[in-house]
Amino acid sequence: MTYWIGAALVFIAALGAALSPLNEYFFYAGYIVLTFIVLATAWNILGGYAGYVNFGTGAFFGLGSYSAVVLFKALEAPLAVQILAAAAVGAALGFAVGIMTLRLRGIFFAIATVAILFIMETLMVNWRYVGGATGLQLLRPEVMAPFATYTRMLFVVMAFLAVLAVSLARYVQVSWIGRGLRAIRDSEEAAECSGVPTLRLKLFACVVSGALMGAAGAPMPMYLSFIEPASSFSLNWGVSALAMPMIGGTAHWIGPVIGALLLGSIQQIVTVTISNEINVLVVGVLLVLFVVLAPDGIVGLFRKLVKRR
Amino acid sequence: MIFSFDLLFEAVLFGVLLGCFYAAVSIGLSVSFGLLDVPHVAHPALMVFGSYCTYIVAGYGLDPVLAGIILMPAFFVLGVLVYRFYYETFEKRGTEAAVRGLAFFFGLAFIIEVGLILMFGVDQRTVEAAYIGSSLELGDYRIPYRMLVAFGVALVLTIVLTLYLSKTFTGRAIKAVAQDEPALRLMGANPVRIKQWAFGIATGVSALAGAMLIIVGPVEPAMDRLYIGRTFCVVVLAGLGSMTGTLAAGLILGISESIVLMLLGASWAPAVAFGLLLIVLGIRPQGLFGR
Repeated sequence: MTYWIGAALVFIAALGAALSPLNEYFFYAGYIVLTFIVLATAWNILGGYAGYVNFGTGAFFGLGSYSAVVLFKALEAPLAVQILAAAAVGAALGFAVGIMTLRLRGIFFAIATVAILFIMETLMVNWRYVGGATGLQLLRPEVMAPFATYTRMLFVVMAFLAVLAVSLARYVQVSWIGRGLRAIRDSEEAAECSGVPTLRLKLFACVVSGALMGAAGAPMPMYLSFIEPASSFSLNWGVSALAMPMIGGTAHWIGPVIGALLLGSIQQIVTVTISNEINVLVVGVLLVLFVVLAPDGIVGLFRKLVKRR
Repeated sequence: MIFSFDLLFEAVLFGVLLGCFYAAVSIGLSVSFGLLDVPHVAHPALMVFGSYCTYIVAGYGLDPVLAGIILMPAFFVLGVLVYRFYYETFEKRGTEAAVRGLAFFFGLAFIIEVGLILMFGVDQRTVEAAYIGSSLELGDYRIPYRMLVAFGVALVLTIVLTLYLSKTFTGRAIKAVAQDEPALRLMGANPVRIKQWAFGIATGVSALAGAMLIIVGPVEPAMDRLYIGRTFCVVVLAGLGSMTGTLAAGLILGISESIVLMLLGASWAPAVAFGLLLIVLGIRPQGLFGR
């Protein structure tokens, strides 16, 4: 119960901020941090709980963006429809990836997700309708009533998605599904033998994770007023979505949130002051430092501290 | 596009040269991932790093192939250190650390890539040599000399490594460690030292592979991303750890890429390696010559 009150408060705070005369830049940067919360949380459902490492977050994210653009260009569909469609497409790709887990584990699974990412990118590069390699400029529709600017509206939308994603992840973690997924991570054979429906659980985790990543990608073209394949399907989404839960801690739902807030904020500060490359470097260095020195992330460090007292 | 057998022949010829080159850039991974089971996603990044080192050494007026050979000992030591670190932090702790080991190499690849961007910028780099830029004319066909050089070096590299692994004592020990590590431990040998040595060789070979990469074409820091697909495609298609398989798989990839290039154009080429990789993983994960 406390969780739901907290979640509602967070969303109301985001809504309140969007209606207040706060500096526009806050929403511009905040939107990206919220996107990372969704991506990191979604990654953690499959990667953290079940132990299947997905390098291809960009494939789901980019496909979500492109689904939204196609719907917008063809039918002028409203944002909510775009997001729902992107989630559906993400879920479908997740299902396909879930089928792959039948045969592939560990690094084989990880490499297969990289392959999916690059194949998606190549398909979009060669699809004229959505602008091919050069991309497509998009004209934003009119902003809806209570919001002053479009970025503010997107910020609230993404805040809603983030709360939804975290709630889902929390539900998965505390329910029997989470116990099953953890059993799969520790030993898939043992889990199967003790009657855990491994395939069904893995499919569930892949579909939920994929749907959330797809949904997170849908508002991005409107945020940028632009879409192109290279940045939509970048491997950088993958390394960030993997690094944030690893840094925050993969065992608890709050881990990816902490990681995304921390790393996302650092990235926003660094992007403003230095350059985009340093951005990726920060992610890489922190990721390596944490997997080597603090295997259980910030949550693990915190727990150790509490225990010692 | 008008289809003709002349064009097809040219595509296959180019594909064979390209394929040998792909085999050579994958052979290090074939040892580190195929034989040692190290999830070495950073292999292509290390190779691109090798290309840039070649670029620097060749800048003193050395031949790029020679520069690559000179760099091999340094890369060998680097490989030994990387493996030692990986073993102490992850491998020793068993499957529980497997996910983190994978994340470690993924992060390492990004650090190398960005490090190169910060030092050299995102511009493409090339090296100078007599054989770069000119072509061998055979009747109607033109074969660039740089492809021939890469082809030759690749062939020698593959043969030497195959012989080393099957004929020498250490080579056989490396194969033994891949087959049954606990048995080797019972025989009184130290598997970690053998793996360390093998990983050093794999990394040393990537220095020469990197030299060939920059001979064949211009190099940029983000190139490793594309080569994740090519190298893993070759190694998985070959069947983990099979050296002759690596050559065959390289040829298959090279020829398919070259034919797709001719029929559909350059924008489809990156999907070939990744598509082939997915097909192999889906249908026959043990590869063509699997153990």
